Amino acid sequence: MILIKGLKKVFKEFTLEIDELKIGQGDYVVLLGNSGSGKTVLLEIMAGLVRSDSGSIFMDGQDLNLLPIQKRPFGLVFQDQALFPHMTVAENISYAFKNRSFKAKELRSKTEDLAARMELIDLLDRTPASLSGGEKQRVALARTLAKEPACLLLDEPLSALDNKLRKEIRAVLRWLNRMGHTVLHVTHDFEEAISLATHIGVMEKGRIVQFGPAEQILREPRSFFVANFTGIRNYFKVKLVKDDLEGEVTAWTEDKVPIHLSTNKSVGHGFVIIPCESIILAKEEVNTSARNQFKGLILDISPGRYGIEVHIQADLPLVAQITKGALKRMGLKVGQVVWASFKATSVQFIRK
Amino acid sequence: MQKSIFGFILSILGGLVLLFLLAPLVKIFLSVTPDDYFITIKDPEVTRSIGLTLWVSLASTLAFSLGAIPLAYLMARKSFPGKRLIQSIIDLPIVIPHSAAGIALLGFLSRDTTLGKLASSVGLDFIGHPLGIGVAMAYVSLPFLINAARNGFQMVPVRLEKAAKVLGASPVRVFFTISLPLAGRSVISGLVMMFARGLSEFGAIVIIAYYPMVTPIMIWERFGTFGLKYAQPVAAVFIAVCLVFFVLIRMLAKEKLDDIN
Repeated sequence: MILIKGLKKVFKEFTLEIDELKIGQGDYVVLLGNSGSGKTVLLEIMAGLVRSDSGSIFMDGQDLNLLPIQKRPFGLVFQDQALFPHMTVAENISYAFKNRSFKAKELRSKTEDLAARMELIDLLDRTPASLSGGEKQRVALARTLAKEPACLLLDEPLSALDNKLRKEIRAVLRWLNRMGHTVLHVTHDFEEAISLATHIGVMEKGRIVQFGPAEQILREPRSFFVANFTGIRNYFKVKLVKDDLEGEVTAWTEDKVPIHLSTNKSVGHGFVIIPCESIILAKEEVNTSARNQFKGLILDISPGRYGIEVHIQADLPLVAQITKGALKRMGLKVGQVVWASFKATSVQFIRK
Repeated sequence: MQKSIFGFILSILGGLVLLFLLAPLVKIFLSVTPDDYFITIKDPEVTRSIGLTLWVSLASTLAFSLGAIPLAYLMARKSFPGKRLIQSIIDLPIVIPHSAAGIALLGFLSRDTTLGKLASSVGLDFIGHPLGIGVAMAYVSLPFLINAARNGFQMVPVRLEKAAKVLGASPVRVFFTISLPLAGRSVISGLVMMFARGLSEFGAIVIIAYYPMVTPIMIWERFGTFGLKYAQPVAAVFIAVCLVFFVLIRMLAKEKLDDIN
């Protein structure tokens, strides 16, 4: 198991501060964060390329801080692959083998074996300049695997690839993880994170603000940053108040806007999430079973991940998700007044 | 239309400079008769001098490159106090008169100095010796190698060196398998420039070692003693030899680099 404890590195622009990060054998951990959040620096500290000001990195109880770069049990795959341009694919892959003084025959056989596993056998005599983005990424992974690292450190490995190649490399990464490789992968892409991770850590300004199983991060984002980053909209900090007369519980936002919800909790602080797809838009007030209705102004209409996102400024800033057909049929336009409604049962409460 | 006039002006100005560079060389080759060429090539004094100039410059380039290339790498990769001062020291031989450099070297290497005495004690002598010629050649031509190699190392992406280290390579292996091959074109270009500059050196060598006579000194001596007509054949043959060597080395270097790349 890898344990990072009390790690700190102060830069002019920001400070990287990791209180604790545990990566179990066979885990696929994705650190998700904006650029400048410290993800790459963390990988470079782990690999030994950057020295931390304080803190320790343990591997199965052994403190790695004193080990030189060459002896660290990590394999770092750089964002732009950093393949050696003056070497062939075979020479790139065998570079790490050569550091361990294998005999020529064994070296050739190990290189071919690894190339076959990564589907690179036909490319061994090619140079990096003649490879596609996906092939380059495979070579970078193969070259790193030749070191037989205890943990693969991947720095935005899919960022330079188009959609088709991303799918291809994602499949390779999943396969590597299934083969037992422990992976620490950093990215700013939420979809990439949920498609690969067993655990997700969300990084903000040099800190891991939330860490846990991927489903938990999605289900219970613990801050606005995490919610925003994970693509969750309509996320509000609230206080639950129980009406003594009716026994009904209402969530009050910081701006004193009431949100009706269905929960067995009675009092306390927390957050509510109103799923975008649960919000129904109407041009006039309608009488439905929805307990929450807000009149507001359309601020923006933009294409979203799964449809059209309509941004409404009401007592609460809301984002509704509708289809292109619905948008056309209703003839919605920026500046128009609409009614947004959603059922109390669609509101999700997360205790703080 | 304006564009074509501008292009025409550029061509004329550039052409004039090219003409300025070529005309004296063409003139010297045409001024020497075939008989004079033949006599000069057969003259053992001339062939010995050209041979001496070539091998001393080559040996001096190779010997000093052992320290110059590491220094270029340090200048490209490391930050340290006084780095600018060191860069100025490296460039110094380019800006000082070479005869002054020769005087400075003489004061440092003559038989009366500590270094001179130390060399004498092991049977070496700088003054009037190929060793002294090599030192003088190196002194004035080292900046060409160091600066070219430094530029080459600066162009090698640091992340490639980092990648090699993460893959388990020692700093020595990183230098020989990544940094040096990738900076190869610049390093070889610097070696060729240093060698060529060494061949043409006169000012510093004439102070340190008049004899054995390198070809630039022989040309000067024949000009001073016998006049232009007697100096021209030696100069023409030496220029031709330099050009052939220069082109040959460039071609070999290019082939080698094409293999690497």
